[in-house]
Amino acid sequence: MYVAVKGGEAAIDNAHRLLAQARRGDPAVPELDVAQIREQMGLLVDRVMTEGSLYDPDLAALALKQARGDVVEAVFLVRAYRTTLPRFGAALPVETGAMAVARRISATFKDMPGGQVLGPTFDYTHRLIDFALAAGGDPEPAAEAEPDSDAGQCPRVTDILGAAGLLETSPPEDGAPVGDLTREPVDYPADRALRLQALARGDEGFVLALGYSTQRGYGRTHPFVGEIRFGKVGIEFVPEELGFPVPLGAAALTECQMVNQFHGSGAVPPQFTRGYGLVFGQSERKAMAMALVDRSLRAAELGEAIVSPAQDQEFVLAHCDSLQATGFVEHLKLPHYVDFQAELELVRRLRAEHAALHEKVETPIREAAE
Amino acid sequence: MSPAAALPQTGYNFAYLDEGTKRMIRRAILKAVAVPGYQVPFAAREMPMPYGWGTGGVQVTAAILGASDVLKVIDQGADDTTNAVSIRRFFGRTAGVATTTRTAEATVIQTRHRIPETPLTEGQILVYQVPIPEPLRFLEPRETETRQLHALAEYGLMHVKLYEDIARHGHIATTYAYPVEVAGRYVMDPSPTPKFDNPKMDDCPALQLFGAGREKRIYAVPPHTRVRSLDFEDHPFRVQRFERPCALCGAEDVYLDEVVLDDAGGRMFVCSDTDHCETRRDAIAHGESA
Amino acid sequence: MALQQGFADPVHDAQGVFRAALEGLSRPALIRSLPTKVAPPPPLTPELAALALALADADTPLWLDPPLAASEAVAAFLRFHTGAPLVSNPAEAVFAIIADPQNAPDFAAFAQGTPDYPDHSTTLILALGHLESGTGHAFSGPGIKGVARLDAAPVPADWQERLGTNHAGFPLGIDLILTAPGRIAGLPRSTRLLQPAEV
Repeated sequence: MYVAVKGGEAAIDNAHRLLAQARRGDPAVPELDVAQIREQMGLLVDRVMTEGSLYDPDLAALALKQARGDVVEAVFLVRAYRTTLPRFGAALPVETGAMAVARRISATFKDMPGGQVLGPTFDYTHRLIDFALAAGGDPEPAAEAEPDSDAGQCPRVTDILGAAGLLETSPPEDGAPVGDLTREPVDYPADRALRLQALARGDEGFVLALGYSTQRGYGRTHPFVGEIRFGKVGIEFVPEELGFPVPLGAAALTECQMVNQFHGSGAVPPQFTRGYGLVFGQSERKAMAMALVDRSLRAAELGEAIVSPAQDQEFVLAHCDSLQATGFVEHLKLPHYVDFQAELELVRRLRAEHAALHEKVETPIREAAE
Repeated sequence: MSPAAALPQTGYNFAYLDEGTKRMIRRAILKAVAVPGYQVPFAAREMPMPYGWGTGGVQVTAAILGASDVLKVIDQGADDTTNAVSIRRFFGRTAGVATTTRTAEATVIQTRHRIPETPLTEGQILVYQVPIPEPLRFLEPRETETRQLHALAEYGLMHVKLYEDIARHGHIATTYAYPVEVAGRYVMDPSPTPKFDNPKMDDCPALQLFGAGREKRIYAVPPHTRVRSLDFEDHPFRVQRFERPCALCGAEDVYLDEVVLDDAGGRMFVCSDTDHCETRRDAIAHGESA
Repeated sequence: MALQQGFADPVHDAQGVFRAALEGLSRPALIRSLPTKVAPPPPLTPELAALALALADADTPLWLDPPLAASEAVAAFLRFHTGAPLVSNPAEAVFAIIADPQNAPDFAAFAQGTPDYPDHSTTLILALGHLESGTGHAFSGPGIKGVARLDAAPVPADWQERLGTNHAGFPLGIDLILTAPGRIAGLPRSTRLLQPAEV
């Protein structure tokens, strides 16, 4: 006699115990602590903070530990926590021009005030596995350079270009409230602020692939890296009752400004346009890809034909979020017995009708053969 | 029925959502009820469960649930499928409400893919989990376009699609998520319920609420509202009929799950609605007529 | 000046009021009880106040009718308990709170929604003296099994015409939440006022 499967609750509990064991791995190996993840898996922590929209390295590190290193799962944990946090207000816009740069490079000018600062980078490492690293040990200290006379003076390359009128100017601050993707449903067409929020939160792989597609001709934007800078900026907040800015601390950011060609229009002389990328921590790949896609998504504004995925804001915004994507893809593993049964019945019926039809057609032939 | 817990899990608000979020969702629900079948955009929150796993239904349930409600959660018609168990437990923990598997005892029923076989009654609320709320989405992927089509009540596209099915297969080949017209105005996706359940939506005494979390939409069908499955004069809407009754309780005119018994073609068909099946089997065991 | 207290139990009181409003709008013309212990400054009635506290917040501009707008205590009470901005243009309001329904502005003065977003409309919450079902005007529509009757007073002289015009614009239009002491009923835009010949 068939008995329906029961005991969902006990099975779920046990599955989660197995998950906890799998997370811990071999108990003979020392357990990771959160500070180790924060300090030694820093780029992973940065990515979780960026896509999780929450600047908290310790929380991101804990989420990574809980998620067994699964980035999307860690982002999920951070987002679900973030949504329960009370909101006190919005910080003042950060001044990236005043960033204490740890790294700053431009592909458009050989030198400029503040200079090129290589900083910590994988660039120019030969990608040879360092077997000595397996044994651990302290790294060789980097040489301390004498600060240049203009250190601390590090204007953004885009500001330099802008001053000469070669680059489009940012629209003036109009004081209008900036929308919040996490508080209102997106209404298309979405403005640039909302698009940038979506791209910053968007899955790095997806945004990277879209950015790459623009380079291969799917919505080409002729980009140059005006500048990439990474370092800490101060965060300030104006409490209503005080009426003046109060420093809250500092956050590490990577900013990328792409400089793109624009042929001008009847009203506007030819000038460079820009694509913008800004992420938490150090992630040049994400910031650059974001800047490419940001520029592509400005197609309508700049009078360019919308023909490629990276220019199509409904396509990009509706699909860039890793949590939405993973949730809906993975929901396919939930039971669909009922829908499948409905389809089965239809396919069986159509097959029976098909067979009956061919029976009729084939019968005389068969008779002839006999 | 599991009684209400004396002390729900602390550290979170009643039913998890903060009061501001509940208010926002409640306002959307009231609009949805006032404009039956229209998809009201709402600022769906990120829930502690994945998109596509019932976040819309969970937010609607969390916004309407009160301490005296009795909650039932089903997935595929069954109370014991893992996701139903998980969601029921979520509300048991965060709201401490009483839960039940009995359709007749429930005041709020959250469902994925089925409408219970036991007829719903006045005062009950059925909350559907919806993956893709837009009935026109697979005909026109752009939100900007579909919004226009709804505004103009321009549903020719849907009829063309259904008619192409007929031309190709001799039948309307849509078997679930079968589009309906609500109160003579909006075409609506009933969520991926089998079309077998569509007739239950029409003139239903219960309030039907639909929540799509990832797509950020809420819509509703008030009680006793005309819900018509789209069809054609020469191809009227028909539901699937099973050739045999439930192998466990003998029920006819119910939706059945197909269970594969062996690798030699052995199959059996049993009620997808586990509560309906159990109630009938209990009645049979107690000598009542089934 | 001491502000009158809002909900004694903000979570469960708000839920109860919302469910009454939900029942009201999903079963139009059917009266529900709306018990509340909120004691607002007059002319704000306890029912109007309970609905405002349950549904309004910083995201929902409120329009107050002249008798309510004239009271500084009412404005202070609503501002404190809901945080909602008070607006003087009825077309900007998400909710309109009306203590003197007889002199309510024409419904067309409020936000009607747009063909793309019919939900961008005003919900009017009215304080009446008398609300009785089973008698009075006959209504049909979604949420109503057959025909429902509702008698409401006092209402504007052109009440029937207003209801007719409002329904004719469906899916655009305003929704009405009617209250009387301890009672609530809804008349959403989907509800049609029947002519005597139709009943």
